[in-house]
Amino acid sequence: MAKKIDVPFNGTKEQEERLKKALAELRVEHGGQGLMIASLQKAQDIYGYLPEPVQQMIADELGVSLAEVYGVATFYAQFSLYPKGQYKIGVCLGTACYVKGSGDVYKKVCDTLKIEGGQCTDDLKFSLDATRCIGCCGLAPVMTVNDDVYGKVTPEEVEGILAKYRD
Amino acid sequence: MFRSHILVCGGTGCTSGNSMKVYDALVERIKKEGLENEVHVTKTGCFGLCALGPIMIIYPEGAFYSQVKVEDVDEIIDEHIIKGRIVTRLLYKETVGEDGNIKALNDTDFYKKQHRVALRNCGVINPEKIEEYIAYDGYEALGKALTEMTPQDVIDVISKSGLRGRGGAGFPTGRKWQFAKNSPGNKKYVCCNADEGDPGAFMDRSILEGDPHAVIEAMAIAAYAIGADQGYIYVRAEYPIAVQRLSIAIKQAREYGLLGKNIFGTGFNFDLDLRLGAGAFVCGEETALMTSIEGHRGEPRPRPPFPAVKGLFGKPTILNNVETYANVPQIILKGADWFASMGTEKSRGTKVFALGGKIHNTGLVEIPMGTTMREIIYDIGGGCPNGKKFKAAQTGGPSGGCIPASLIDTPIDYDNLIAIGSMMGSGGLIVMDEDNCMVDIAKFFLEFTVDESCGKCTACRIGTKRLYEMLCKVTDGTATMEDLDKMEELCYYIKENSLCGLGQTAPNPVLSTLHYFRDEYEAHVRDKRCPAGVCKKLLRYQIVADKCKGCTLCARNCPAGAITGTVKQPHVIDPEKCIKCGVCMEKCRFGAIIKA
Repeated sequence: MAKKIDVPFNGTKEQEERLKKALAELRVEHGGQGLMIASLQKAQDIYGYLPEPVQQMIADELGVSLAEVYGVATFYAQFSLYPKGQYKIGVCLGTACYVKGSGDVYKKVCDTLKIEGGQCTDDLKFSLDATRCIGCCGLAPVMTVNDDVYGKVTPEEVEGILAKYRD
Repeated sequence: MFRSHILVCGGTGCTSGNSMKVYDALVERIKKEGLENEVHVTKTGCFGLCALGPIMIIYPEGAFYSQVKVEDVDEIIDEHIIKGRIVTRLLYKETVGEDGNIKALNDTDFYKKQHRVALRNCGVINPEKIEEYIAYDGYEALGKALTEMTPQDVIDVISKSGLRGRGGAGFPTGRKWQFAKNSPGNKKYVCCNADEGDPGAFMDRSILEGDPHAVIEAMAIAAYAIGADQGYIYVRAEYPIAVQRLSIAIKQAREYGLLGKNIFGTGFNFDLDLRLGAGAFVCGEETALMTSIEGHRGEPRPRPPFPAVKGLFGKPTILNNVETYANVPQIILKGADWFASMGTEKSRGTKVFALGGKIHNTGLVEIPMGTTMREIIYDIGGGCPNGKKFKAAQTGGPSGGCIPASLIDTPIDYDNLIAIGSMMGSGGLIVMDEDNCMVDIAKFFLEFTVDESCGKCTACRIGTKRLYEMLCKVTDGTATMEDLDKMEELCYYIKENSLCGLGQTAPNPVLSTLHYFRDEYEAHVRDKRCPAGVCKKLLRYQIVADKCKGCTLCARNCPAGAITGTVKQPHVIDPEKCIKCGVCMEKCRFGAIIKA
């Protein structure tokens, strides 16, 4: 379970406008059918996560209940109800990485940051997720920090990699 | 005319290793030298040999450079492009013959036994240019189908070719299309399953990234055959490059009139849209995938009714996997007999495998059905690195099983793999050596299915969870021999009672390892020992008295204070206090600490 962090929702009017515009565009593209997942993806792009007020906006726009939106938002791994860190760390636990020891790398990140997968550090700097195969099995084990990819990572290197992102 | 062509791999494996920076540097340098009209730099799809990425090939010489860094770009331009001298230091050594000359790529061990049908354009054409696809016979099959064949002719050719679904289950593609064609209805859909969720499988991604038009063309052919006018490609959002190239390809196909209204002036209409998955393994199951396209929680529903009768939005629908589609245009062009001439009697054609794990040549290989596991692992894959002994190969991901070394000569096809307790799956092939614990691997896959079970049916939701807990008992050393029998019973129960393919196949990793590696399970249970030295709770760290110099380094670093001893005397580890973190072993300079 993700660690609940009480960050007050501070969405802006501008973000709301963007969401409404995006939803209107989606409605045209999709011919009115099967909008929910794409709407949540757009909303997460805009807000970074899907807090209740955002889910409510989508429910209102699509004319469905909040429960239905919540049901879809919690079903798929891509959606997060809580904010992510400034640096999103992913450690691949796909099979190819796992047999080459990515489990130890993952554990090392947990120990170093004192968080579990799906959680975020208290200062909102780092969040950690175990990712599925990201498809560069030749580099196994793989760790990512935002868009940076680190290949053939050993637990000993974890500290050094994280240090690059600390102030 | 260009005198030189530089092909840089733009697949995910190579781009993760910064191949796009290499590409940018090449383009910039060539521009600086004023060679834009002589040397052409192209981004291609995956070459397959991901272990050596970033990869580039320079023609006409056919020089195959591996692990190219941005720093190497100047040397490549100065030496190879300007002076015409090949940079031998960067050549993939397999491509250098005994006489020092460059061998054709197809003569190297990795490529020699491969036969590229689905991957034929990957690493050859620029996937972002429809003109290059067309130059390689692209959209000719669609033209042939629309102008020379009836929909029934198309289905007959596909049926006769013996093509079976490459997503894993191996259902005959022609028969699936026939069902959908026979279903009454004026609205039908064609869908493509590009939600490649098996951990360790990436062949569909490579096709989408390297040859997206092949999939689009095949879907249009399928639509013509069954009478559909709308298609959807359901692709993982985790594949950003594939999504981007598909979007470009769809746009180009529309501009060329190959999607849209009145294609080739025949009155046939077909259009295609992308739908992005949001990360749910169960959405690879056909009914769950369709529910997800409809915008709901991706839960499967009981069949019948089958999608061919009542699928997406309640209309007749066919769903095929990316690799299945990639074969279709060539079957239409070259004929059913050509395709059926490859492979085995019941499994025709080729299959793409993603080789990964403890193997030299990690990457993508496409081999005729019937090739043995030995040929794939040793001849193509180059065996296990560091002289380790091959122990097992895992196929079919979380739905498949482990094939032990004793069955390495089994010819691979759908039916043989099922007979030995695994399955083809989508094509992940993970190699394991003596350092991998089979119980731990089974536990790894179960953890995955527990996590990904959608929760709709009890057998899968609770059954996999209980099975996982039993496996934890085994790896913790608290299980009894009776537990092993109970595990097996539970496996069969889950298989028989689950609603969809996820639950029905989830116990396979456990059953196959129990079957072939029962001794390892028994070692965990009876002797409280993990033969591969993986399961932490069963490890014992020991100090070899003869090798210990008494330097105290281990004792000073032990976080649990479990190591005692006096200076210059052999130390001892107290197993009661030891937390098995392994720090002592890492720190010891004399190799005096061993895992037992």
